[in-house]
Amino acid sequence: MSEQTLKRVDLIFGEYSNEKYKVLATTLERTNEEILQELLDSGLRGRGGAGFPTAMKWKYTAETPGDEKYVVCNADEGEPGTFKDREILYRVPRKVFSGMAICGKVIGAKKGYMYLRGEYKFMVPELVKELAIYHEHAKKLGFDFTIEIRMGSGAYICGEESALFESMEGGRGEPRNKPPYPTTSGFMKKPTVINNVETFVNVLMIMRLGPDQYRKLGTTDSRGSKVFSVSGDTPIPGIYELELGMPLDKFVDEFGDGDTKAVQVGGASGFCVPRKKFKDTVIGFEGVPTGGSMMIFNSSRSMYNVLHNYLEFFEEESCGQCTPCRVGCQQLLKGIVAVKKGEKKAIYLDQLMKLSESMKITAKCGLGQSVANSFSSIVNNFKEEMIY
Amino acid sequence: MANKINLTIDGINISVDEGATILEAARQLNIHIPTLCYHEDLCVAGNCRVCVVEQEKVKNLPASCATPAAEGMVIHTNSMKVRMARKHIVELLLSEHNADCTKCYKNGNCELQGLASQMLTGDHLFLDLVPGKKYTIDMFNTAIIKDDSRCIRCQRCVRTCEELQSVSALGVAYKGDKMKISTFHEHPLFEVVCTNCGQCVNRCPTGALIERNYIDQVWDAIYDSTKHVVVQTAPAVRVALGEALGMATGKIVTGKMVAALKRLGFSSVLDTDFTADLTIIEEGHELLTRLKRALVDKDPTVTLPMATSCSPGWIKFIEHTFPEFLPNLSTCKSPQQMFGALAKTYYAQKRKLDPKNVVSVSIMPCTAKKFEANRPEMRSSGYKDVDYVLTTRELGIMIKQAGLEFDELPDEKFDSFMGTSSGAAVIFGSTGGVMEAALRTAYEIVTGREVPFDGLNITPVRGTEGEVREATIKIEKVKPEWSFLEGVELKCAVANGLAHAKTVMQNVRDGKANYHFIEVMACPGGCLGGGGQPIPTNKEIRTKRKMAIYEEDMGMPIRKSHENPEIAEIYKEFLEKPLGHKSHELLHTHYTARKRY
Repeated sequence: MSEQTLKRVDLIFGEYSNEKYKVLATTLERTNEEILQELLDSGLRGRGGAGFPTAMKWKYTAETPGDEKYVVCNADEGEPGTFKDREILYRVPRKVFSGMAICGKVIGAKKGYMYLRGEYKFMVPELVKELAIYHEHAKKLGFDFTIEIRMGSGAYICGEESALFESMEGGRGEPRNKPPYPTTSGFMKKPTVINNVETFVNVLMIMRLGPDQYRKLGTTDSRGSKVFSVSGDTPIPGIYELELGMPLDKFVDEFGDGDTKAVQVGGASGFCVPRKKFKDTVIGFEGVPTGGSMMIFNSSRSMYNVLHNYLEFFEEESCGQCTPCRVGCQQLLKGIVAVKKGEKKAIYLDQLMKLSESMKITAKCGLGQSVANSFSSIVNNFKEEMIY
Repeated sequence: MANKINLTIDGINISVDEGATILEAARQLNIHIPTLCYHEDLCVAGNCRVCVVEQEKVKNLPASCATPAAEGMVIHTNSMKVRMARKHIVELLLSEHNADCTKCYKNGNCELQGLASQMLTGDHLFLDLVPGKKYTIDMFNTAIIKDDSRCIRCQRCVRTCEELQSVSALGVAYKGDKMKISTFHEHPLFEVVCTNCGQCVNRCPTGALIERNYIDQVWDAIYDSTKHVVVQTAPAVRVALGEALGMATGKIVTGKMVAALKRLGFSSVLDTDFTADLTIIEEGHELLTRLKRALVDKDPTVTLPMATSCSPGWIKFIEHTFPEFLPNLSTCKSPQQMFGALAKTYYAQKRKLDPKNVVSVSIMPCTAKKFEANRPEMRSSGYKDVDYVLTTRELGIMIKQAGLEFDELPDEKFDSFMGTSSGAAVIFGSTGGVMEAALRTAYEIVTGREVPFDGLNITPVRGTEGEVREATIKIEKVKPEWSFLEGVELKCAVANGLAHAKTVMQNVRDGKANYHFIEVMACPGGCLGGGGQPIPTNKEIRTKRKMAIYEEDMGMPIRKSHENPEIAEIYKEFLEKPLGHKSHELLHTHYTARKRY
């Protein structure tokens, strides 16, 4: 592996092109095949955290027969420690809408929705202003694709794509069984592309720069750059756009306070990396993937408290429909408390580890499946803090 | 023909229709994958995760009930990974479940208990979460008790209420550890749109939803020497009671049921079928009267179509959902309530009993009947017309309590008076039965001839589950006094399950349908699929019960309500004439408009 360094990038937040919706206009003149090929060549993977190849998602949806299709932008940024979509929507909403419109062209959708986190309601007036500009240009271009904003109401689970559709349809935010996947049955049970805010911006930038230049950023498995939300014990918290594939030790050198004990990569549903593993950890799809959240903890922090906090979050934010997630989260939380208090022997942690493994393979959606990530990585690496 | 999908389950190759789930494929191979939230009658939820299986080359364990079989899949239903995961899931459910089984009404008939014993969960892997929680137990309802501490959140009840019944009284509230099954604004069941149909009770895998049982009260009455306890039995009970007592599905056990009731100590074992016949006379005349007022008198106030009123779940549904159609309901009480009113008047007089010492008990396939018996208007005898309503299940329990070897009992006959009935009354237990019984009588009143169907079997009106049955019966060569009906095509609709009833009423409201007579039974398949019938229920079981009902009808010496000699006698001795003064007083009722919220 070539030695990667930390490189700041200015792709996502870079300036708009001098003419409004210029890249969109030129892209609309190209064929869908060309666009999909460029996306494929770029190696772009979804920026929400799961990292599904964007070109494939679009291709499947485009190939699914049907007159009625939808583009949905997942702006329900709820992962603890993640606040990059807010910044993107605040600074470069035009890029997001352009990306959505390109998707609409490729898959043949006439309608796009942005599902916006309830707490981001304050941004609606600005977004609506930009949408007016978009619709004006779309009309000028003779392009039939409108975008509407739908508000979330504060449930973490509604960031899960199928729960998001349920919520948009007016139902209770509960994940659906998969298959069918959104590419064949999404919003209103119609073929739907749902992507993260940042993914749409990346699409636009690939269209602007071309895949070759885009591919220069990042590694084989993780092309491009990523917007990170850096928080915790750091002198410089904030939003940073960095090249993917960087080693964690370099990141800590740059952002840590000199006493970093652990970094939680990917929020509450991500992984905790302890100091001894910084050097061997790559931030990217080949290593530890992240939707953007980087929480830094120094040695003054109790990792028990950190885990307790995450589990409390999951216990409350589980939708409650499936057994492993609803009851499992309660058991993990009550379990670590019982061990800490001495009501259960330390060996009970092994039982809980097994339980978290079961949750990972049996829960209905990503929420329940990913509780084990933070649980096992924190318990394994900081066992003594769990017990004493 | 559907495309075929080839897959391998536990090393056996199988080919299934495209769209079949892994669970269905496994069942074809007689491989039993445990389930909890899955129910044949309902849409797939995939939320309990008990049915997970291992799929080769896939990291996670898919829920077999919710995952379609795919070409080349290799599935293991009993691997180490699967066993561990399943055990964890059942342990998790138990940790959240108030598992004091010996205090539970469903003890011995609980799906969670069954799974627990199968998985040997005795070692309590996890912490008991029950003491730290606040659970609601809704005991305010006269028909159904909802105990959240026993709920495993499988949402079968929610799906039942919404899909089968279109009532949506039950829904999911809150999320995470506080997620629960609740009602509108968490009101008690008696304050919401719940129809008491009990279909949720039929499908609840645990003791979270149960009928309010009156077993002890009935024993007390039986042992009270000052009381004369009469019992009536509904038509659908006799084709299902056997199931509750370990017999095969679809067995007719009328004689044994009568014998058992006598041995339990009831003073007199009578038949709701008798008042079913009476209902036909009253309701048939009511229909003919309405038709005459509409066709001859051109009376604009007459309401057609007329709808049956035997099903108390349906009554409460229409009161909430279509209150503007209350005048369309037949004013006839249900057979249960007619019986109750007569038990404390006519019957008491005839047997020289003081009605205050008569206790009237009914055995019903229904939970809504419990609510019906407690309606304030159901006291026309001057007393509570029906004191206690027991479900088929409760009777099963009483027979077990008494130590009776049910299948060894000899067949015995109903007591008289009010114990004789016709085949037309028996079919009240199945969807389309009330319609058929009414037509057998009304047609003959009007034309003087039997209905023109082979063996009196009016198959066009025999309802089918999952659809609305429509039929037209042409009336020809009528008697002179009914000349206004000459050539009239009587348009009928038969619906079972409230979702279909809703469709019918919407069509009537929107002017899309032009019926004269509508029969509605609230439960899938009619009363035979009632909320008080033995658990489990599914389409196969209900079909067998239905076949038994029609078999019983065919075997009856009298097939038409108006030929029941006791009916003729009661009109001669007591009621005088159909729709007469006494009838109105005792056999007819009124309805109450209720709100949706």
